Amino acid sequence: MSQKQPFAIKVGPDKEIPLNFHLNPEDFEPASDSEKEELVTMRESVSFWSDGIRRFRKNKLAMASLVVVIFMMFFSFVLPRFYPYHYAQQIRGSEGLAPFEYSETELAAKEAGEKVFPHVLGTDTLGRDIMARIMMGSSVSILVGLVASAIILIIGSTFGAIAGYFGGWVDIIMMRIVDIIYTVPDFLIIILLSVTLKHPLMALAEKPGFGWINRVGVGLISIFIVFSLLYWVGMARIVRGQVLALKEQEYIAAARALGASHSRIIRKHLLTNCIGTLIVTTTLQIPSSIFTESFLSFLGLGVSAPMPSLGSLAATALDGIYTYPYRLFAPAVTISIIILAFNLLGDGLRDAFDPKLKS
Amino acid sequence: MAKYIVKRMAIGMVTLLIVSTVTFFLMFLVPGGPFLAEKAPSAATLKALEEKYGLDKPVPVQYKNYMLRLLKGDLGTSLKQRGREVNDIIFTRLPVSARVGGWAILVAVVLGVTLGSVAALNRGKAIDNVIVFLSTCGIAVPGFVVCTVLMYFLGAKLNILPTFGLTSYKHYIMPVIALSFYPMSYISRLMRSCMLDVLGQDYMRTAKAKGVSQWAALFKHALRNAILPVVTYLGPLLAYTLTGSFIVEKIFTIPGLGDSFISSITGRDYPLIMGTTIFLAFLVITMNVVVDIVYKLVDPRIKLG
Repeated sequence: MSQKQPFAIKVGPDKEIPLNFHLNPEDFEPASDSEKEELVTMRESVSFWSDGIRRFRKNKLAMASLVVVIFMMFFSFVLPRFYPYHYAQQIRGSEGLAPFEYSETELAAKEAGEKVFPHVLGTDTLGRDIMARIMMGSSVSILVGLVASAIILIIGSTFGAIAGYFGGWVDIIMMRIVDIIYTVPDFLIIILLSVTLKHPLMALAEKPGFGWINRVGVGLISIFIVFSLLYWVGMARIVRGQVLALKEQEYIAAARALGASHSRIIRKHLLTNCIGTLIVTTTLQIPSSIFTESFLSFLGLGVSAPMPSLGSLAATALDGIYTYPYRLFAPAVTISIIILAFNLLGDGLRDAFDPKLKS
Repeated sequence: MAKYIVKRMAIGMVTLLIVSTVTFFLMFLVPGGPFLAEKAPSAATLKALEEKYGLDKPVPVQYKNYMLRLLKGDLGTSLKQRGREVNDIIFTRLPVSARVGGWAILVAVVLGVTLGSVAALNRGKAIDNVIVFLSTCGIAVPGFVVCTVLMYFLGAKLNILPTFGLTSYKHYIMPVIALSFYPMSYISRLMRSCMLDVLGQDYMRTAKAKGVSQWAALFKHALRNAILPVVTYLGPLLAYTLTGSFIVEKIFTIPGLGDSFISSITGRDYPLIMGTTIFLAFLVITMNVVVDIVYKLVDPRIKLG
């Protein structure tokens, strides 16, 4: 410790640097081990992921919505495997049963000592178990949401990153395309396409190698086509904005100096650095895709029979609203819960991983 | 400013051109062409019809004729309602939809702005939590769920409101609630966050410091600034009301444009589908352009260019 000086700058709790030009020889001695220890930062370095996860865990609403999302996934993908009834299975003699009601044949089987699983929500007019149909319907809805968001993620991020990275006239032309697509009324185009594409797609399904079209359904394919044509523009705008800022960073210049190709810079440096935005935007896209699908299915333009979707289940139940209200409320409540849970999950992820995006 | 308006209108025109071109070519994907009906016409009739409507000409000529017809505002003739012009159908159905939709837009904007402002002014209190909770649920519940729940409880259980038709003021209540529920929730969320933003601005403190009364500060400073983003939502709001009307009019059997559009889809009345699509697209695109221009006009802070 140097002796007290009249003019000194305090730099630590018990350390002062005297204000003069005399060099203090003590300053040039090698640091002892204990001094080196002090220089080590006390806190462990926090990575992007652990920081985000920590923030996410603190958010009670987001954690609750995550639990609900996981439960809905379980309900729609795992539970049907253990459920004794198939969604398309028509049980003769069990048409139009109320919840937990048994048909005569089922009662006879019960008398004989067999175990008959109850129809938790009854059966519809064709003798199909409604609970099984709702499980299948929600799995269709969730799958549509996931696949559509994946399509939007791939197209939107590639388009936005290319426009932002190359800039100049490439950017101008690409963003003008985005502006135009943005003004196209998407619902009208979806309806138009699903009406007109039905026959060409059905003809295509007859050809070898295209049999999967029938399995997925013409309505769903039209929905996916429209999503890949129109819905990615929001994502493209967001990604472009991020890339415009990121490409001025030093590490991009360094990568370029080291001879990295354009595609490598976009893939490895730019897109990986807007991963937070990508996750959040994709998650928030899922509920809106589910929303669109249920709307179209309700109008009879989405999935084709016998595959159920929550929208088409609600539409068929509409005729019997006065006699069997539960048939309508079950799919209605399920879809509202799914959309709400994904919305809240997206909001939570945004607060945790991308606080800047908060609108 | 003029440059911006011209640019915005040009984009709108290009979009319209694309939508109508897409519509034209999609028509070729329909099997049997536009004259497909339950009873297939004879070869001679078909030929005569094709000649009459110019469908025997090469595609580029047909495209030119189609575009010229569109420019004149002629959307063709309906297949199922023999001899009725699509224009005629649209203009008898549109006023009905416009009345319901207009009320819904009014309710959504007025209630949305009020609820959002009330929530922002009472931030963190019980009323704020209630409004935030309701509006979060509101944007998660699809339109058909709102319709059917209303119909079941108000129409069937309590039997206080009629469930179909549109003949008295009572008939408007449920469709308007159903149609305005989602946009109202959206606007109140938007309004709340903008209002919170504005309330934290320096000019609000200045207004308070110079002795402006609380209400004057609220209406003249806070509300005026916070309401601007709601203006940008008016374009999407119109598009939402149109698509929402498809479902609402189907459920409540209202004889509006949405109802006729849906029955044209189920009845495969292709000219009516195409005509209504182009008309509605025209409406939405024009509205979007107008809203964008109005927004730039009312907000002096926005950079013109």
